[in-house]
Amino acid sequence: MMTLSLAVRNLLRNRRRSLATLLAMAIGSTSILLFGGFSSNVNYELHTRHVQKGGHLQIQHRDFYLYGSGNPTAYGISDYVKILAAIQNDEALQKMVLVATPTLQFGGIAGNYAASVSRTIIGNGFVAEDINRMRRWNDFDLRTQAPLSALEGAAKDAAVVGTGVARVLQLCDALQIARCPKPEKETKSDAANLPDDIAQLSLQETPVASDAAGASPRRIEVLVVSARGAPNVTSLEVIRAEDQGIKELDEVSIMMHLAQLQQLIYGKSPSRATSIMLQLRHSDQIPAALARLAPILARFSVNQPLAVLDFRELNPFYVQTMQMFDTIFGFVFVLIGGIVLFTVSNTMNTTVVERTVEIGTLRAIGLRRAGILRLFVTEGALLGLCGAVLGVVLALVLSVIINQIGMPWLPPGNVELVPFTVSVWGENRMILGTTFGLVCIAILSAWWPARRAARLDVVEALRHV
Amino acid sequence: MAVLKQVEKTYHMDSVSVPVIKGVDIVVRRACFTVLLGPSGSGKTTLLNMIGCIDRPDKGQVIVAGCKVGDLTDDALSDFRANNIGFIFQNFNLLPVLSAYENIEYPLLLAGASAKKRGERVPKLLEAVGLADKAKYFPGQLSGGQRQRVAIARALARKPKLVIADEPTANLDSETGAAILALMRRMVKRYEVSFIFSSHDPDVIKAADDTIFLKDGTIHGIRRQGGEGAP
Repeated sequence: MMTLSLAVRNLLRNRRRSLATLLAMAIGSTSILLFGGFSSNVNYELHTRHVQKGGHLQIQHRDFYLYGSGNPTAYGISDYVKILAAIQNDEALQKMVLVATPTLQFGGIAGNYAASVSRTIIGNGFVAEDINRMRRWNDFDLRTQAPLSALEGAAKDAAVVGTGVARVLQLCDALQIARCPKPEKETKSDAANLPDDIAQLSLQETPVASDAAGASPRRIEVLVVSARGAPNVTSLEVIRAEDQGIKELDEVSIMMHLAQLQQLIYGKSPSRATSIMLQLRHSDQIPAALARLAPILARFSVNQPLAVLDFRELNPFYVQTMQMFDTIFGFVFVLIGGIVLFTVSNTMNTTVVERTVEIGTLRAIGLRRAGILRLFVTEGALLGLCGAVLGVVLALVLSVIINQIGMPWLPPGNVELVPFTVSVWGENRMILGTTFGLVCIAILSAWWPARRAARLDVVEALRHV
Repeated sequence: MAVLKQVEKTYHMDSVSVPVIKGVDIVVRRACFTVLLGPSGSGKTTLLNMIGCIDRPDKGQVIVAGCKVGDLTDDALSDFRANNIGFIFQNFNLLPVLSAYENIEYPLLLAGASAKKRGERVPKLLEAVGLADKAKYFPGQLSGGQRQRVAIARALARKPKLVIADEPTANLDSETGAAILALMRRMVKRYEVSFIFSSHDPDVIKAADDTIFLKDGTIHGIRRQGGEGAP
């Protein structure tokens, strides 16, 4: 208590220097917390988007995640309806699971024959109502909501495509997609060089296009391989194009009703699903849900090996992004920690020099070396604590201002602008960790000058001018 | 109270060695007012530092309050100083962030004295040095004489057996210096404590029980006038 009181008074003794050190620490602490708050917010954004899109957990054939992209239908889950029923009837899971819905992934070719264009696609069939319920999940109270799927309530032959697919299939005008550049038309005509018979054939084709003019301009044909290996074609009405955020995905993505897709792939055979998506009320329920799912899945794994993957395993990009942010956060902390270290160290060194006689006096009247060390380390720790706490207060105030401004920005992989926000309030682990870290750095930086002070020769110290 | 036997001390500055104390024998008597008198550079402060246990001799033995202090570790020596020796400095050396009361209380806090004990002891000392009304004043708000009075009270706080005062009146005007000298004399009698202080002012001889004359690190004479007499 005596040491603490003396340390406080000594810090107040040279207010200007203490304040300058305090401000340096506070600005450092604020910077760390604001960056950490931004990083947290990116985490919440990505976390929410992935959970909205694919749920927290997905039950899949064990090999689907690694090999399924080659032939998704080969990894279908045969008893998915029974598994869904078992999940929905489980008392513990009922309390945790918000949405449990099947999805079927497929690969194929989509073509707009009116425009003579086609491209390979990777698509999903899902229950639109369930998907829209999943898109309403917002456990982190984000300000922006994911757009709902247009498939809900749409005709059974409706489809939603990525804007890239729409562009390649030349559906931009029909779907009224803004900012959809059209390819330059070939001006050079080879007609004059065509042999007569080929030119005649070409002319014969023209009426076919004229016939198609009566059909919907948003109609596409989708070719898939059925479960038995035969090609199967269906005609779909594209009702909307949705930007998928990533160009590669945007140019292959197609979504349609699960029932329609199952009919296309499985015909009259029993239908399958490639995944069962489970969305939980809260992300921290994942371990409990996994534990509860294990015995249920064991019952259905006799003829087909099943696995449960959480959204982090399914989205390595998310994990990598957050690891990158964590690394940058660590780097920023080290940089600012270094600045704090030298600032506090410099302050304490100056203080020791200024108070050399005082150190000699204290030693002469009986204070041990450890007492001197304790006194200066306490001063450093107090500086660190006050600076860090001031930094927390500043960061909280600034975060409120930044969140109020809500400057729009486009996070990577996002399709819509979101307000630039930082989450500091409630991030107790980050706040406590930063405060503790900075106090430790301050103690460390005070320790060396304090040790020097403690080792001063009493006579030399008293003689100091 | 303090005995120095064949004490020697040499300061080493770069390649030059300067012998400051050359085989000195001193006995400081109990409850006596002892003055070390000598010109600047005669070794007064060095001798006081060794008696005060903040410096060690190169040769010889220092015994304070019956204890061979040369055998003590640094921590033990700190504790020994805290329990047995009080210090009064030329520049007062009060802690500027503490009030007069707190400066006097500080050695008691170091000793872990209870709040009750401190509450009894400090006001008595303040009264003894005539500063009862200045308890809450900080050193910066006190005159030189008043600061030195606080320093005297602080030195006496833990009822030491010996008080070391290195030229305590050097920074005071003659009138205040005389008052401080008189106060120290009163304290010797009131608290039965040995005071040993250095001075280069020959006028202080008449206030002293014992006067030790120092020159060039050796004793040139000892004059004893009164006091209890036992070492």
